[in-house]
Amino acid sequence: MARIEINAEACKSCSYCVLACPTKTIEIGKEVNSKGYLYAQQVNPDKCIGCAMCGHICPESAIEVWK
Amino acid sequence: MAEEKKVYTRTKGIIEGAVSGFCPGCMHSTVHKLIGEAAEELGALDKLVRVEGVGCCGLGQFYVTCDETIAAHGRAGAVATGVKRSSPDSLVYTYQGDGDLAAIGLAETMSAANRGENFTVIFVNNGIYGMTGGQMAPTTLVGMKSTTTPKGRDPEEHGYPMHMSEIINQLTAPYYIERVSCDTAQHVIKARKAIKKAFQYQLEGRGYCLVEIVTSCPTNWGLDTLKSLDFLRDKMFTEYPLGVFRDKGAEEK
Ligand SMILES: Cc1ncc(C[n+]2csc(CCOP(=O)(O)OP(=O)(O)O)c2C)c(N)n1
Ligand code: SF4
Ligand code: SF4
Ligand code: SF4
Ligand SMILES: [Mg+2]
Repeated sequence: MARIEINAEACKSCSYCVLACPTKTIEIGKEVNSKGYLYAQQVNPDKCIGCAMCGHICPESAIEVWK
Repeated sequence: MAEEKKVYTRTKGIIEGAVSGFCPGCMHSTVHKLIGEAAEELGALDKLVRVEGVGCCGLGQFYVTCDETIAAHGRAGAVATGVKRSSPDSLVYTYQGDGDLAAIGLAETMSAANRGENFTVIFVNNGIYGMTGGQMAPTTLVGMKSTTTPKGRDPEEHGYPMHMSEIINQLTAPYYIERVSCDTAQHVIKARKAIKKAFQYQLEGRGYCLVEIVTSCPTNWGLDTLKSLDFLRDKMFTEYPLGVFRDKGAEEK
């Protein structure tokens, strides 16, 4: 099963990954990191296809992807 | 079940655990990781040497793992010439903003390109002086507001936007010139390919390569991250169309 890991501390809440994900499995969550950014979180991870579009677009290299 | 494979990894070209100093949504961060990824794919990360311009790229010195030096504002082309000529086995790149490369550094930029120096120029064009708070750059769009053009850039008073890839494409020596962006995953992949190609050409000793990345500056454009993507696509890409201007390597094939 494909999966991703988001490094919450590196996330700056830009939403680019939310836009890039073809299966709409990432959202900006309601929790903040130590810098005060609402960080991205994966929702319905079962839908993730491991395409890595989120990884490519993330400016902060905060997302790693397994397939 | 088939074994799980990592398909996207954080590059070793940026410091483990480091968080960049760039603003949210700023593509300086994206370009930094792409440089690391491209060098890594070529197995040349340990040869990489960065000659940094002056601007928000200065935040990169706390973010990248390679050796580096910082040139006086605009002079990266001259400094990189010295570094590459005295250390020809190094993979040398300059990292310069539009204020650095196209304003104060115009003479050094043009001269190094005209000599066909064998290093790679990474030119980040966000249409503004980001670091110093949003003054007009040579690349600022007509009508675009900045702190020094509060009513918008007026060509009568401030001239027109300068297209550096097109201008450098008038010279004979340059080997490869491409303009890319980082607004979609597809464009990010293309941008990485362009940087990798430029690095490959340098390793083969082919001469001067320029990769211009058209990016946003959400902070000084006064737009949130997603609106800055719209501005980038609607306005910046119209003035600065993406594409390959020259690829002598492809012509030779
Ligand atoms: C000799 C000198 N003049 C002026 C400055 C002030 N200064 C610092 S960065 C900068 C402009 C940077 O703009 P750009 O190259 O577009 O980089 P960005 O921050 O937009 O990425 C200026 C004018 C300086 N540091 N040194
Ligand atoms: S790997 Fe693809 S499907 Fe999975 S979260 Fe990232 S963009 Fe979405
Ligand atoms: S693209 Fe990266 S920095 Fe932006 S919201 Fe997603 S994880 Fe956070
Ligand atoms: S001021 Fe602009 S160019 Fe500088 S880090 Fe912030 S968004 Fe990026
Ligand atoms: Mg700039």
